[in-house]
Amino acid sequence: LLMPLRVVQKPAHRCIRALKAVQTEHVVPQVYTRRSSSAPVPRITSHYTICPRDKDPRWEGVEMERFADEADVVIVGGGPAGLSAAIRLKQLANQHEKELRVCVVEKASQIGAHTLSGACLEPSALNELIPDWKDRGAPLNTKVTEDRFAILTEKYRIPVPILPGLPMNNHGNYIVRLGHFVRWLGEQAEELGVELYPGYAASEDIFERGMELHAKVTVFGEGCHGHLAKQLYKHFNLREGCEPQTYAIGLKELWLIDEKKWRPGRVEHSVGWPLNRNTYGGSFLYHLNEGEPMVALGLVVGLDYTNPYLSPFREFQRWKHHPSVVPTLEGGSRIAYGARALNEGGFQSVPKLTFPGGALIGCSPGFMNVPKIKGTHTAMKSGMLAAEAIFSKLTDENLQSDTAGIHVPSYEESLKNSWVWKELRSVRNIRPSFHNYFGLYGGMVYTGIFYWILRGKEPWTLKHAGLDAAQLKPAKECTPIEYPKPDGKISFDLLSSVALSGTNHEHDQPPHLTLKDDSVPVAQNLAVYDGPEQRFCPAGVYEFVPLESGEGMRLQINAQNCVHCKTCDIKDPSQNINWVVPEGSGGPAYNGM
Amino acid sequence: MAARVLVGVKRVIDYAVKIRVKPDNTGVVTDGVKHSMNPFCEIAVEEAVRLKEKKLVKEVVAVSCGPQQVQETIRTALAMGADRGIHVEVSGKDYDTLGPLQVSKILAALAKKEEASLVILGKQAIDDDCNQTGQMTAALLDWPQGTFASEVTIDGDKIKVIREIDGGLETIKINMPAVVTADLRLNTPRYATLPNIMKAKKKKIASVKPGELGVDLTSRLEVLRVEEPAQRQAGVKVETVEDLVGKLKEAGRI
Repeated sequence: LLMPLRVVQKPAHRCIRALKAVQTEHVVPQVYTRRSSSAPVPRITSHYTICPRDKDPRWEGVEMERFADEADVVIVGGGPAGLSAAIRLKQLANQHEKELRVCVVEKASQIGAHTLSGACLEPSALNELIPDWKDRGAPLNTKVTEDRFAILTEKYRIPVPILPGLPMNNHGNYIVRLGHFVRWLGEQAEELGVELYPGYAASEDIFERGMELHAKVTVFGEGCHGHLAKQLYKHFNLREGCEPQTYAIGLKELWLIDEKKWRPGRVEHSVGWPLNRNTYGGSFLYHLNEGEPMVALGLVVGLDYTNPYLSPFREFQRWKHHPSVVPTLEGGSRIAYGARALNEGGFQSVPKLTFPGGALIGCSPGFMNVPKIKGTHTAMKSGMLAAEAIFSKLTDENLQSDTAGIHVPSYEESLKNSWVWKELRSVRNIRPSFHNYFGLYGGMVYTGIFYWILRGKEPWTLKHAGLDAAQLKPAKECTPIEYPKPDGKISFDLLSSVALSGTNHEHDQPPHLTLKDDSVPVAQNLAVYDGPEQRFCPAGVYEFVPLESGEGMRLQINAQNCVHCKTCDIKDPSQNINWVVPEGSGGPAYNGM
Repeated sequence: MAARVLVGVKRVIDYAVKIRVKPDNTGVVTDGVKHSMNPFCEIAVEEAVRLKEKKLVKEVVAVSCGPQQVQETIRTALAMGADRGIHVEVSGKDYDTLGPLQVSKILAALAKKEEASLVILGKQAIDDDCNQTGQMTAALLDWPQGTFASEVTIDGDKIKVIREIDGGLETIKINMPAVVTADLRLNTPRYATLPNIMKAKKKKIASVKPGELGVDLTSRLEVLRVEEPAQRQAGVKVETVEDLVGKLKEAGRI
């Protein structure tokens, strides 16, 4: 029997009303003892996923009824993949004169507000989806004119020629502000009749009985490390037979620079300093051409790093002080900041993509071409392929029941026969090739020989190193890193950066960064790894503060700062942090990131 | 029983967003920036919807002035419980110079046209902090006004308004028709739930041009320059009292 997968929407603030009505003099005990340890563990997690609602006195008297509504296809996530799927579905429906109700739900308050990427867009998928994108005003304004690559040392820059055929060659691509591109995709989708609902978060079981959206097929395009996808992997055992996904964190800023330094169309990448040869990562600096001298720059750090003292944010800030970067930024001003995790697993880590009632698209299962540093074109194509498979299934069959979940395995087949799969397969060994004694240099040699010459046709497939969370070495085996203080002109402190992301969450909700076990952060993470979460979070959500009683520390979770990057869920060595979606419309307010 | 309530809603840059001044200093960057309904307007809509739920008014009409995008704001009001919307189309240069005087003329014309008995507005907008529209609208209509309302009670054809003033709270009784502006403590606005947003898509939003209402949009104000607030200068620490006196003398203060 096919189980319909219910995607539940929560109305953002009816819950607050309900909470306030119920909260009388009940005071949640601040400190209570778990197990029989001597130190009291402050209660941190109060989210419904950990504290069941029927035992929680806050829920007494709250209505448990839900509204329900039906659509043909519900798409979770209004990013490039989700919107491409929506657009393709409606294109097919209009072409075949069929009625199809397509709803897209997106947790950001407006489409594009949670989108963050470099980005150098390869227009291949866009050309297939909307061939007349130029006439329709797609914001692809900056053609790549110059492509530079270098290895950085602390003081020097060693240029590396980008030969045609190497994955990072960007000829024919566009530098885009992906948030604006996604916004444009949203407009195209609405024109075709897609129902867009920004500001609504989808969660399996919700904080308050909100709304159920029943669909024949639900498409999950939550982006890298989606929280619903996580549950789906477990429930449907979709990760059987593939490697665990590996990730990186990308931090990005937008700067308005001195016009004299501006080189529109220039793409610059570097590897090396400030990361050591065994820490995967590199920088990007793109000169946009949209009327003002703006550059998008950032640092990507592989989350399989081993040193718990590493702070991706501070590495990014200190990279900007490199003698080859400072001249570009001098005299400029920073106008935006953000961060997001991205996939690096590629070919080896793609799970099963379909299950009864649903499908996974985009960066959620993960189709990023890591050496090219591009995932948008493959995400869009996966969305389009899913749409085509779903459409033919919905229109061909005689459907027994309106809400029976439909299985569309033809999507996975068509993906494996498409250029997405060929592309991912050809670069599958580049990222794992970094796991050797020579680290970065070994990887570059491997890429040169096997990719550039042999185009990835070697018969073996290298494995990744395993779960990112398992890679951290205990703090006592590692040396703390001395980071320079931010100077306030080129480099900045964490909190002013977070303020620039415009992130905000309603106060009256339980923190959406939930802990499976409240005692683990101090007992494990702090004791063994010196609390890496206070360093890898790009928004300062996690802080270890001394207990009011004096002895010992506790973890303070500043959930309001969260920029929804998902790094904590990925990198926590105890895998104790579970990121769940907060109320809709909370989170960063990126504009064209 | 009051028949119709007119509620004005304004689309402003969201309060949590960091504002950036345009490089030419003519204004603030708005393109692509997150916008939402002015918080005081949300409180005004909430009050109107509550009055309707108490059956003290029959219909709530949400009004907004601006370009196409303000329709989103009107839809939010509809999702909160307003019955229909009116979009007064103002765009381009006219929108850049749109201020309380023009808006109050528009609202006054609409209040007469729609035969409203009550106009509820937010006390001020968070982008310009003018705090003028409600008062001007009442003056143009020659209606009584209850501004900075923290409590509104309808009693027959009169309204009791408790106003927040510097000295505390002032209770006044005004005749209907009247203009009321909402202050922070009037209520806590409900949020638009997804089912209500879906229902709101079916509610009507009529479009009207200011010319049809006989309103002249020319502004009497000209914005010369917009600048960021001056950077706070670092302070100087002094070691002794003599140093302090010396520095004060240097600065010409004593």
